[in-house]
Amino acid sequence: MSRQLSPDAEADAEAEAGKGSGGVRRRAVVRDAVHRSQLYGAVAVGGFRRYATYGAATAAGVFTNTVFGFILAYTYVALWDERPGLGGYSQGQALAFIWVSQSLLAAAALMGGGFQEEFQERVRTGDIAVDLYRPADLQLWWLAADLGRAAFQLLGRGLVPVLAGALAFPLELPVDPLRWLLFLAAVVLALVVSFAVRYLLGLAAFWLMDGTGINMMAGLVSVFFSGMLLPLTVFPGGFGDVVRMLPWAAMLQVPMDVLLGEGAGAGGAVRAFAFQAGWALALLGAGRLMQAAATRKVVVQGG
Amino acid sequence: MAEAVLGRERGRERPPAVVWERERRRHRALEGLRGYGLIAAMWIRSSMTYRMSFLLATVGNAAVTLLDFAAIYIMFTHVDALGGFSLPEIALLYGSCSTSLGLANLLLGNTDRIGTRIRDGSLDGMLVRPVPVLAQVAADRFALRRLGRIAQGSGVLVWAVVVLDVDWTVGKVLLVPVMVLAGAAIFAAVMVAGAAFQFAAGDAAEVVNSFTYGGCTMLEYPPTVFTRELLRGVTFVVPLAFVNWLPALYVLGRPDPLGLPGWVAFLSPLVAFVVFVPASLAWRVGLRSYRSTGS
Amino acid sequence: MGEVLIELDGVEKVFTVRRRAGLVRREKRQVRAVDGIGFTVDRGEMVGYIGPNGAGKSTTIKMLTGILTPSAGRLRVAGIDPARERMRLAHRMGVVFGQRTTLWWDLPLKDSYGLMRRMYRIPEARYRANLERCVERLDLGELLEVPVRQLSLGQRMRGDIAAALLHDPDVLYLDEPTIGLDVVSKAKVRAFLRQLNAELGTTVLLTTHDLQDIEQLCERVMVIDHGRLMYDGPLGGLHASGAAGQSERTLVVDLERELPPLEVAGARVVRVEGARQWLAFPAQASAAPLVAAVAAGYPLLDLSVREPDIEEVIARMYAGRG
Repeated sequence: MSRQLSPDAEADAEAEAGKGSGGVRRRAVVRDAVHRSQLYGAVAVGGFRRYATYGAATAAGVFTNTVFGFILAYTYVALWDERPGLGGYSQGQALAFIWVSQSLLAAAALMGGGFQEEFQERVRTGDIAVDLYRPADLQLWWLAADLGRAAFQLLGRGLVPVLAGALAFPLELPVDPLRWLLFLAAVVLALVVSFAVRYLLGLAAFWLMDGTGINMMAGLVSVFFSGMLLPLTVFPGGFGDVVRMLPWAAMLQVPMDVLLGEGAGAGGAVRAFAFQAGWALALLGAGRLMQAAATRKVVVQGG
Repeated sequence: MAEAVLGRERGRERPPAVVWERERRRHRALEGLRGYGLIAAMWIRSSMTYRMSFLLATVGNAAVTLLDFAAIYIMFTHVDALGGFSLPEIALLYGSCSTSLGLANLLLGNTDRIGTRIRDGSLDGMLVRPVPVLAQVAADRFALRRLGRIAQGSGVLVWAVVVLDVDWTVGKVLLVPVMVLAGAAIFAAVMVAGAAFQFAAGDAAEVVNSFTYGGCTMLEYPPTVFTRELLRGVTFVVPLAFVNWLPALYVLGRPDPLGLPGWVAFLSPLVAFVVFVPASLAWRVGLRSYRSTGS
Repeated sequence: MGEVLIELDGVEKVFTVRRRAGLVRREKRQVRAVDGIGFTVDRGEMVGYIGPNGAGKSTTIKMLTGILTPSAGRLRVAGIDPARERMRLAHRMGVVFGQRTTLWWDLPLKDSYGLMRRMYRIPEARYRANLERCVERLDLGELLEVPVRQLSLGQRMRGDIAAALLHDPDVLYLDEPTIGLDVVSKAKVRAFLRQLNAELGTTVLLTTHDLQDIEQLCERVMVIDHGRLMYDGPLGGLHASGAAGQSERTLVVDLERELPPLEVAGARVVRVEGARQWLAFPAQASAAPLVAAVAAGYPLLDLSVREPDIEEVIARMYAGRG
């Protein structure tokens, strides 16, 4: 990661490392907080810039998302023709679900990607030891970088598929700007939950050494349980109830609920945010525990 | 065998250079297969060093790909037919294309890593080995855990064949395995073409997914769901319809939405062979341009 | 005169570089990485191929190994046109690309050798003999069962060199064989290469930044720059052409302020840049008294010692000519 770091971030990291212990304690705390936010801000900007340099990859991704959007849209048209109002969506809403979810696919890294492969590679080669000695929190560092990446992919890979879908199909999207604002907030929380899950996968490399298999499985699981293949509101009975309580629901279904009016009104949105934030905290906490265990392992094994 | 002998007989009357060239090409193909086997075996051994990871991946892989079919199953808890097709009929489509893609993926699924190989320069290391580069690229990171998808796909396929209400003729029975193998070959050709494309645009590896995974997602559903323009495109331009749609329609006794005659269903092996020509040509052009530009 | 093994005549390599100029427009530019090079190498020679980064060294090696197709000129290795028959050539050559291992990361070292045996169809008896010799001379005995990822850089390099020699190649290409290695590993690698060349007559062509590699291994040096062969002859001749008397190390000192060139016994200032000065001193001499003398006489902030470097030799060669 440090290789892709922007120069300002390195400067900040150095400032961080060399910070003195003198001065009024309170002021030091404030300065510390400012330093830290600057540091992680720089890391996030680095993540954004890094992905912004891959123009061809972004174009290829947009193309793929659009192709998948078309294929799924036709099947949804057939399904909703057969059962209008399925899952509480009109056909136009179901189509909106497809196209917006294709736009979120890359940003939320539902099929993997993002950072965990790189993280696992660093574990495998032992470079992670360097990261552990960095005067920054490992989890926050990677979170910042991943949010930077997601921000780019939301713009770079999100806008075109939705536009293509809107041109080819009658999408029913809300016009209320407040609804979109709430949706955006839900997306940010979704990104954090997605990161938290993938951070656990990244850490798993300390015990598994080769992450390819588990990454692939995790991708399939999150595609299914997030609602990417089929909205979770369509899942039947008790199974549906359980699936809608799992963390993957927070990555796609819940933001879509906020957008398409399932959680209409402020009350619904607050419930949605609470659900997402709850999972985010729980999973980030689990990540910390696992990180501590992994660190002990590194110390014991000497890297 | 007879053809090989005949070829050699006839060759004697031709200028020796041509014979030699043809011999060399056949030799290359054999060398390629041999090298592929050697390298794949090394990757299998490598993955066995992380036994736990390997075991988890293989078992998990088979279990988890079932989720793919679960989505279709859930749809059918709400409807009796999709695009006029019943669940067993769709299971035939799903099982065959999933098995085909699984096979292609197992055998040369990592050709998409060639972009990385070009960027980090490790393709050069392949060019100094006495094995055709395509064989080395195809065997790169060979992973047995991909048997998981094949197992799942063929499971669904067998279930479909058992429960389907079809008048099984010899032709229909034979067509099922032929469909799976020819489908795998078509996907394989797409993967080779995709790898060749990466010589021109290395970062754009993901485009291939549109045709492989995207294609398979499309082929899981009946052709009646899609527009005629799309059907024409995947029949005549990128002939994915031959992976399973056309043979499966014949097995199910349904007409082709584009009105193609029934015997077209038996063309899949020929199509697979034909699409390999442009794919391998593209590969050669790609590799040649790499060797002349170094990028 | 021995048998000619490598033969280049008027070899050129021109790359077309596309550059983004503006949003859509792209500029095409022709770059002559290799600009008409010709030389021959006899069987059994050990040749150093040196030059600054981007001079065309690795492009030449890539053409010799069949990776790249020349744009023009004639090129033969053991009578084979590398670009046209790269697989046939592969059986006749060994390649070690300095920092990139061809060994299997997760498997014991001996497994990689087993693959080489099959891939190159090495007869069992010959394989055994070659492996035994490499294991003994490169001190690999204890390492054969160790997964490659657990090997040190030096151990890995020795392992890579052995892997490149199991099929008895006529010619061995080494790209920076000692880069990043510790002193002991460097010595082992060099001793091995000398033996290999002397006993089996294997032709060796190596690129390096380390002058000691050349001094200890190569009777002949080729210098390439801007895609052209600038010098071809014994290392001594390089010196005579005005490059340097003998190999020197450099003491780089950072002073508190800009000063006129320092005057210190046993060294001479070769470069001044602001408050930084470069002092050359004989490679064999100890740096300690020199450092003490500088520290005693001048306001010193920081210092470092640089090993003799090919680039400096070449730079001095140009200076001597100009």
